[in-house]
Parts: sequence; structure tokens; C-alpha cells
Amino acid sequence: MKTNTFSPLALLSRFSVLIILLGIGVIFALGSEDFLAPNNLLNIALQTSIIAIVAVGMTFTILTAGIDLSVGSIMALCGALAAGLAVKSGLGTFGGISLALIAGMLLGAINGLLIVRGGMPPFVATLAMMAVARGLTLVYTNGRPIAGIDEAFIFLGNGKVLGIPVPIIIMIVIAVIAGIVLRYTRFGLHVYATGGNEETTRLAGISPGKIKMAVYIISGFTAALGGILLTARLWSAQPNAATGWELDAIAAPVLGGTSLFGGVGNVGGTVAGAFIIGILSNGLNLMGISSYYQQVIKGIVFILAVILDLFTKRKK
Amino acid sequence: MSDTLPLLKMERISKSYPGVQALEAVDFDVVPGEIHALVGENGAGKSTLMKILTGAQLPDSGRIIWKNQPVNITSPGDAQALGISMIHQELSLIPHLTVGQNIFLGREIGSGIPGFINWKKLYRAAQELLDRLNVGIDARTEVRFLSIAQQQMVEVVKALSLNADLIAMDEPTSALTDRETDILFRVMRSLKAEGVSLIFISHRLEEVFEISDRITTLRDGIFVGTKEAATLTEAQVVNMMVGRELGELYPKTNRVRQEVVLQITNLQDNKELHGVDLTLHKGEILGIAGLVGAGRTALAETLFGIRRAVAGEIKIDGRPVRVNSPGKAIKLGMGLVPEDRKLQGVFLNMAVKDNIFISAMKQVTTWGFININKANRLAKTFVKKLGVRTPNVGQRIRNLSGGNQQKVVIARWLTLNPHILILDEPTRGIDIGAKAEIHGLMSDLAAEGMGVLMISSELPEVLNVSDRILVMHEGRVTAEFSRDEATQDKIMLAATGGLDQGGMLNENEHV
Repeated sequence: MKTNTFSPLALLSRFSVLIILLGIGVIFALGSEDFLAPNNLLNIALQTSIIAIVAVGMTFTILTAGIDLSVGSIMALCGALAAGLAVKSGLGTFGGISLALIAGMLLGAINGLLIVRGGMPPFVATLAMMAVARGLTLVYTNGRPIAGIDEAFIFLGNGKVLGIPVPIIIMIVIAVIAGIVLRYTRFGLHVYATGGNEETTRLAGISPGKIKMAVYIISGFTAALGGILLTARLWSAQPNAATGWELDAIAAPVLGGTSLFGGVGNVGGTVAGAFIIGILSNGLNLMGISSYYQQVIKGIVFILAVILDLFTKRKK
Repeated sequence: MSDTLPLLKMERISKSYPGVQALEAVDFDVVPGEIHALVGENGAGKSTLMKILTGAQLPDSGRIIWKNQPVNITSPGDAQALGISMIHQELSLIPHLTVGQNIFLGREIGSGIPGFINWKKLYRAAQELLDRLNVGIDARTEVRFLSIAQQQMVEVVKALSLNADLIAMDEPTSALTDRETDILFRVMRSLKAEGVSLIFISHRLEEVFEISDRITTLRDGIFVGTKEAATLTEAQVVNMMVGRELGELYPKTNRVRQEVVLQITNLQDNKELHGVDLTLHKGEILGIAGLVGAGRTALAETLFGIRRAVAGEIKIDGRPVRVNSPGKAIKLGMGLVPEDRKLQGVFLNMAVKDNIFISAMKQVTTWGFININKANRLAKTFVKKLGVRTPNVGQRIRNLSGGNQQKVVIARWLTLNPHILILDEPTRGIDIGAKAEIHGLMSDLAAEGMGVLMISSELPEVLNVSDRILVMHEGRVTAEFSRDEATQDKIMLAATGGLDQGGMLNENEHV
């Protein structure tokens, strides 16, 4: 009696994100002739790259059955810190960016401490952090943009290497590293295990607390990186940057098959999920649909993704 | 066997919790290569003893001698390091990880690069362990695709991979079908042949006698005795467990069959029921036997409006009815005591009285406000009537034993005066004394004229409690027996699909 692992439903849910991606692509290709132009495709990738990076970090937290609502605010704060430290404090681009990345990890570590030590639900801890980090951004910037970043900084957001925009390269590097970590390392397996059954994980001699600390630090890091790239792309740090981006950052992994219940998902899905979101806004723009309606459509797509998650969960 | 040097000796183990003496100077020993059953009612101290053995609890006094050395077991890690593993009743595998990942979780086989796992080696090692038990499970399968029995095997393999010399199994068969139990027993015997010792905790005495070499009985935290299984009878063990004569375990009452209260024809849902016919009379207990997955729970849920029927007819008191929600079912006079008591039956964090009157709000409210006096009175009436053992009706139901919780679930239905009561595995995980009380209760209800539909996987229960027995297989009723005609063999034959399956049953036997 060999166990049968084949199931049409499992297959469907495994590739559903690619099917959706393709479906949306076909619709827009038919709806707008500009959609398939190489420049537009590259543009989509560029627009998607930052959210994809943040979503990769989010994937780790969701895999442990957690969530990080503070990523949008951390992006803004770290984007502002990088610019401010580089320009106003004279630490230079390298110093500013390095410290901003460390700040992102520290904020993530605070999230982790609140959740692991404080026993707070991730939703509550990171919701509070979302307010705190946004507030700190406004305090630090005095509510005004920070401009004057140098060429090297701007290059990160707008430069190209071998014809490929730098943010896309960074996205690929981050996604590949995350993919390898989740698939081939102990830590990766323990992330899945923690989300799958925390008690069993503890009994196996693994500390779920440490794993959770780590995933929030990772999420803080990728959010900070995303924020820095956003600053670079816009040539300046905006105090209200990335407002509401946590929705996209959560929607991407969920669209990509990462279960909000934890323990299921992968980075490839997350990147594909981010592209669904990217293509959606790009295509809707090309079709001339107002940005007001785009919000509505994005929300509905997110709901559909969660329903799909619930549906496959219940059917198993 | 008794002249072999013991592998484990637990001497004069005592443990008390606030207000409870959980264990009092209990002695327990295991010799190499034996299957040692640990029996006792719920609350007798079996779990506490196992928790102490596996380091989840520390004893107040007493000592543990392992392989002739006194040892201190202060954490599950200590126990594992010594070679003592525990398989808990609630399986703890992670569904979305593979079998191999589950087996080696926390002890992954590394590759050359720090932090990285050598999956190839890990799966090869896992497969070797699985093949050793000859259970036909692929190490790369995700656990969620396995049956409960197969998951049980994976737990065993996990214990073996820790080089366990002693594996304690807490109610491993409670969720298994008879056939799956046979497979588990085969594995247990082959482990025993390899010199591994097993502690087997079960409420099912037939199984205890089938598999174990020795039986230790605990009662109220006190050691009653350890005896060779071959020298004991079931009745003696029951006596040791309850410390009193139970009289007849299954009281037989002969009831007169009355008019039909429920008639089902060709009931189908969209997947598990493929045309069920059934007639239930007033004043009878109709037992429904069958393997897990035969559609028995689906039948109960469809009858009760939880699942949607796609074809067929349900008649209550001769009138055709449509049951499309549990609310409708209740209005029609049905009650359902569900399979999973903790998940579906009781509100664990609420008081006993809340659990009783929650379905009978109308009776205890005035203008939408709960009349506390009325509610208490109602609850007390039923607590008394059903013999629920609770200090008071305000007690949280989670503090009650399983049997008493089940009585409360039944009490809740009785507040509504149903004339059809469906019970899905009414005594699963309930100790023997309380079991008999629940059987008695079902008998009383039938005697009062209620139609009782009882689904059970325990054949002795089906055989002795029911007036009539239906057997289900693959979504259909495949046989009907009167209480006098029915035997275990006949039921098993019908439950496994009868003649075409053959195998362990006589192929020529006709039902």
C-alpha cells in the first residue's frame, strides 16, 4: 500500500497563482496593445520589485502563522533614516543605508520581543508598531520630504546593470536567498514546523520563540530595504511613503499560496503573487481605470485569494 | 518473564496537585521486550504516571530506576536521551511537512555546509526506518495525506529513530478502525520481537487482552496490581479498575417495538452517502456499525441538517420533512450528540449550567433576559436526573471528566424533549464506569419512548446496547441484524464489504 500523493486539488492550488497570473496577463494583453511591449514589462517588474522584496520577508512571518502589519511604516521610517543620516547627518550613503537596515532589524526585533516575550498576538504587536514607526517617521522628517541624496543612492532605485534595473536585481537576489533558506536549511524547516504545530516543534527540542524572533527581524530587514529602494526611486524620502503597503505585502504571499494559518507556502509563490498585484495596477492604468477603482479591485482580489486559501484548507 | 531483569522500575511514586492526590506510592515496572498494559479509569493516575516517566512532570517522591541505575528525569529531553519515548493520544505530527521531515524534526541530518540539510540522506534514513516496520509509507509523502493509522505508525518510527528502548502509547487505538488496529498490533509485536518494550494505555479491554503480556491497574492514584494477562479475565480487570461490582456491564432490557418515528429512503449527499435506507422505531436503540469512512457520521450530519442531502426522503412520524439546518432539525424534534465532544459538543470554558440551558433559552428567559433562578433550577434538575458528578452547576465544564461532560451534552438535548436522539460515538474516550452509566441512560430514554440512533465503532457496545443493528459500508446500509442474530464476525463481514473483500474473514460466510 503506497501512499497516493497525487491530488488534482493539490495540483490546482499549487499552480493556481501561475494560472491567475497568466489569466490576468492574457486579459490585459487583449485589453491594451501597450501591455506586452518590452518596456512595459520591464516597467511592471520594476514597480513590482520593491513590494516583492517586502513580501518575501512577510512570507516568513506568515509561515509561522504570524503577520507583520508594520512593514509600510518601517519602510517609511527606514527610507527616511537612510536619507536623513546620509544627507543631514553626513554619514554618507553607505553609512546611512547600513544604519537604516540595522534600524529595520531592530524594529523587527521589538516586534518579535512583544510577540514572544510579551505574549502579544502578532496582529496587535505589529499594529502598534505600525503606528509607532509612522509617528517616528513624521517626527524625524518633521513631516517634510528629505531630498538631496547622492548619485550612488539614486542609482539603487533608478540605475541599471547590464540593462536590468537595480531593484529587480536586488529582488531576485533576495528571493533566491530566501528560497534557499526555506528549502534547504534547518532554519527554513523550523519556520514551517513552527507554523505547522508550535507544540510539536517545542517537543522536538526547537525553540519556536527564537524562530519567531528571527522571522520578525527578517521582515524588518526586508521592509527597511524596500523603504530604502523606494527613497532611491523617488529621489527623496517622503514621510507618507508606503502608506497602506502592508496590504500588498500581505496579499502577495497569500495570493501566492502562503496560508495565513501558517506552515504552508513558498517564496516563488510570493514573487508570483507580487507580480499579480503589479500587473493588476499596471494593466488597470493602461486601460484607463481610475486609481479609486483600482483600490476596490485590489481589495476584491485579496478577498478572493483568502477565500481560495480557506477553500483548499477545508477541502483537503 | 518475571525473572528477567526489569528495564524500568518506578518505585513508590507519589504526586499531588492542589486538592488531589494524583498518585500515591505507585510501583510500576517494565521488563525488556514486553507489552505492558496500563489500565484504570480516567483520573486513576495513568497519565500522571506517564508524565513523570517522560519528564513532563516531577514526582513529589519515589524513584525511577532505568537499566539498574537510578535516574532523574526532569524534562522530555532527559527521557528521550535515556531511550524513553511517548506517543500521545493527540497525534502531534505537522500535517504539511513530509513524513521524513516529521521524523527527523530537530535532529535533521546536516550536509557539509553548516545549517543546511542533506535531504537525500535524511529521506534515505527515514525510509529505512519505515521499511523496518514494513508499513508501506513513503518518507516523502506529506503527513496530511496519511490516514490516522499511518500517522500513528510515523509516530512509532519517530520514537524508534530516537533509539527508544521503551515507547509509551497513550490510547493509540482510540481513533483507529479494527483493521488499522490490527496493523498497529502487528507493528507492536514486531517491535517487541526486536526487544523494544511498550507501555500500552487503552480503555478497550479486549485490545488490552489481545496484545499485552502484563497488565497493571491503577485506581484513584493507587497501585492495584500487576498481573500476567493470561491469568486474568476481563471481569477481574474491570473489578480492579472500578473497585466495585459493576453488575452486568451492559444491562439488557427488552423493549417492545413501537411505531416508526423516523424513516429514511435513499438518502444521498454529494459524496459519502450513496442511498441510505433506515427505519427507526419509538423506544428502540438502533446501532449503526461500520468502519471509519463508511458514511456513518455523514448520515448523522445529513439527518441533522449539517450536510445537504442531494436525494432521498426523510419522514418523521410519517410526514416527509426537509432538514436544511440544525435549527430545523431541532424544531423537528431531533438531537445530535456529536462525535468530537470537546470540539462540537461542549462549550469548554462555560459553566455546566450554561452548557445545559443554552439550547433552551426560551424556557429560562423573560423579555430576553436570563432568569438566573430558572436557569439554575433547570440545570440542577438535569444534573440530578442524569447523575452528572459536579460540585455545583456553576463549575466550568472543562473540569469534569469526559463521561460527565457527555452527560451534560445529553442533558442539553433533554431540555428540548426530543423524540429522536442521534449519538455519534457516545462513549469514545470515556472510562468504563461512566460508559455503563451512559448506556443505562440511553436505555432509559428508549424506554421512555425516544428513538435512539447510536453510531459506534466499538463492536461490543454496538452488540450489547442496540436492539437492532445496521451495518454501513461505503455510504450504504449493507446489513441489518437483530440483537440476537448479530455477532462480531457478521458485522465485520458486512462492514468490510462482504464477500468480495475476503481476507481475514471466511469467504463463504453469508450475511
